[in-house]
Amino acid sequence: MATKEGSNAHLNTPTRLTGAEIMWATLTGEGVDTVFGYPGGAILPAYDALRKFPIRHVLVRHEQSAAHMADGYARASGKVGVAIATSGPGATNLITGIATAMLDSIPMVCITGNVSSKILGTDAFQEVDITGITLPVTKHNFLVTKTEDVAQALRHAFQIARSGRPGPVLVDITKDAQQGTAIFDFEAAKPKPYRPHPMLSVKDTALAEAAELIRNAKKPVILAGHGVIESGAMEQVRTLAERAQIPVALTLLGLGGFPASHPLNLGMMGMHGEAWVNHAIQEADLLIACGMRFDDRVTGKLTDYALKAKKIHIEIDPSEINKNVKVDVALIGDLRQVLEDLLPRIGGRDGAAWLKTIDASKGAVAVRDIKNLPDSGHLYAAHVMHDLWRITGGNAIVVTDVGQHQMWEAQYYHHEHPRTLVTSGGLGTMGFALPAAIGAKFGSPGKDVWVVAGDGGFQMTAAELATIVQEKIKINIAIINNGYLGMVRQWQEFFYEKNYQSTPLVSPDFVKLADAHGIPGRAVRTRAEVAEAVEQARSTNGPFLLNFMVEKEDSVYPMIPAGSALHEMLRRPGHRGKDPLEETAGE
Amino acid sequence: MLHTFVAYVEDLPGVLTRVASLFRRLNININSLTVGRSERPGLSRLTLVCEASAEAGHRIRASLFKLENVVDVDDIAHAPAVTRELALIKVAVTPQSRSQIFDLVEVFRARIVDLTSESLMIEMTGVESKIEGLIEVLREDEGRILEICRSGKMTMRRGHHVSSVLRAMGAGEEAEAANGGAAQEEGLPSSIE
Repeated sequence: MATKEGSNAHLNTPTRLTGAEIMWATLTGEGVDTVFGYPGGAILPAYDALRKFPIRHVLVRHEQSAAHMADGYARASGKVGVAIATSGPGATNLITGIATAMLDSIPMVCITGNVSSKILGTDAFQEVDITGITLPVTKHNFLVTKTEDVAQALRHAFQIARSGRPGPVLVDITKDAQQGTAIFDFEAAKPKPYRPHPMLSVKDTALAEAAELIRNAKKPVILAGHGVIESGAMEQVRTLAERAQIPVALTLLGLGGFPASHPLNLGMMGMHGEAWVNHAIQEADLLIACGMRFDDRVTGKLTDYALKAKKIHIEIDPSEINKNVKVDVALIGDLRQVLEDLLPRIGGRDGAAWLKTIDASKGAVAVRDIKNLPDSGHLYAAHVMHDLWRITGGNAIVVTDVGQHQMWEAQYYHHEHPRTLVTSGGLGTMGFALPAAIGAKFGSPGKDVWVVAGDGGFQMTAAELATIVQEKIKINIAIINNGYLGMVRQWQEFFYEKNYQSTPLVSPDFVKLADAHGIPGRAVRTRAEVAEAVEQARSTNGPFLLNFMVEKEDSVYPMIPAGSALHEMLRRPGHRGKDPLEETAGE
Repeated sequence: MLHTFVAYVEDLPGVLTRVASLFRRLNININSLTVGRSERPGLSRLTLVCEASAEAGHRIRASLFKLENVVDVDDIAHAPAVTRELALIKVAVTPQSRSQIFDLVEVFRARIVDLTSESLMIEMTGVESKIEGLIEVLREDEGRILEICRSGKMTMRRGHHVSSVLRAMGAGEEAEAANGGAAQEEGLPSSIE
């Protein structure tokens, strides 16, 4: 029988165990020490066996949060996150979290219990076809009905989750498979060697062509995406940028993949990217896309996207090639490896003229920057982000929700290091921040973790405040409270004639809500208080909540309206309060 | 254009759903799909025909390969290949009209596989246009066709063709040795195709 102390013994010696024990033993063998979950009938055998294994179980308040925690854990640590739920509603509650991980290529394994194999498909109590439901939002999923298949399915799930372009995998284990016994042989359950996608292709001729394009480019830009971080290609991207003097624009999920303070860093591209970044892309004669997928939030109107540029696409997923943007050279493989192969062919380049052009275009925008506006007594979210960045030295892990605050964070918190920004980019899942931050704290316990959430998204998963208390972890929470579903309100302001339908939002007093959980907090109403409040939160031993009462009808600028070209930006009105819609980048 | 994909997939429950779901997701209608055992134990072979833009071929093939249970995918496109379909057609007959059908079957090189006093069943194998031709002629007499069952297309490339994936699994080794390694290699499509 497995004991907590000797629990690794059966990883070496085949032993007869229950399916439930095999599940935990396999997780242990895969290096898992923390899981996020919620018990229930069909997963009870597994929970019964948990005490025998050296695994910390974090009890969540809703299964969606379990998936987000596993996701946040994976994003912060680079390891596979694990979420556990029971059958039926437990399983369906995971789905938003699984889809979030799928869209952002996050390695994650979700384990669900299901009813006994004998009654599968009979609409038994709490039965749901979760492998059927999650088919389009998982990289793969397994239905396990036999005890002897548990170890193999789980090991295969971990292999799939972490390999190639990572993603979530779900393993559904019936109750009888958990209760039965089988010989557990960890080594024998090892999956076949991972087979890379057969259409990966990094030909010598393509490398030569790419090098030639880079050599001849006058106005090149590197587009760095999430793949830089997933592949661990930070050094290689930096070497390419520095050697050939190429400026680097980042996607939202790429932030941290290239140091914000680096002179070649342009900042974030796309819908809410700075004007000079999008202008540089529109003016470029060469784009070197590194581990990014030309998402619509990045390209704007495709038929007007970077028309003057040749495009090199370095990407691990062959199905992304030519999906949105037709490219001239495709190097299909792991980014770090491809760059290792490419770099010997890249020589020094004089990029001064192009960099000077880009620099010149920054000036006009900087004066509009909200940081430089006089203190009107009002508190702007930008002030909060700016101070948060300054005081944490850019070293905290910031976990955002989705909406205006997310974009302000991306604009004003300058990320120096990979895995310091945890945010739902692809799916744009509100309610992500608080649970993902809990996961991130477990994934990277040595780092300060800050939740940055709006008043809307925070309420979607606010119940996880209790989880923070129960698990006794230190997380700082900054709510950017403007009394609206701010990003939707902004769209209503710009595109729906200020018809603020269903966006004004009544919230509880978040400080009192925190207090009800035993978490201290305070409201912040002026710019002058921000720094001190952030310091107070940081120095408090244990979680702390800051409720920033910011300007209610502020908007995120610049903004490319959906479906517009990258250079058709709406800009922050100047002091004289021009209508933002009248001011475009063309001026 | 019409795309034809030939794939080897694991012979397991739910695999066909995964394949079909990919096309559903892309809002592509599957014109025909045939699945059966292959020469490899544990692997089924399927031929899938669908209508999609010319550029879609690369992405569909790449996406099929991303499915864990899909082992190999060949995009036949314009490669020389043999395509066949099987049809069973039941027609109503009278003793007077029977010989007329026999003649037709002869002309189309089909076969009669069932015969009763009121009906007969025709089995026909061939390319789509040939089967359509027989059906068209049979339809000249209203009410004569009782049932049609068509298998959908099955496709196999001509010549000694071995994909790099199947080659890695040991396919075509004997022939290759005999040819001095001259077996036709399937080039990975240039990434820009």
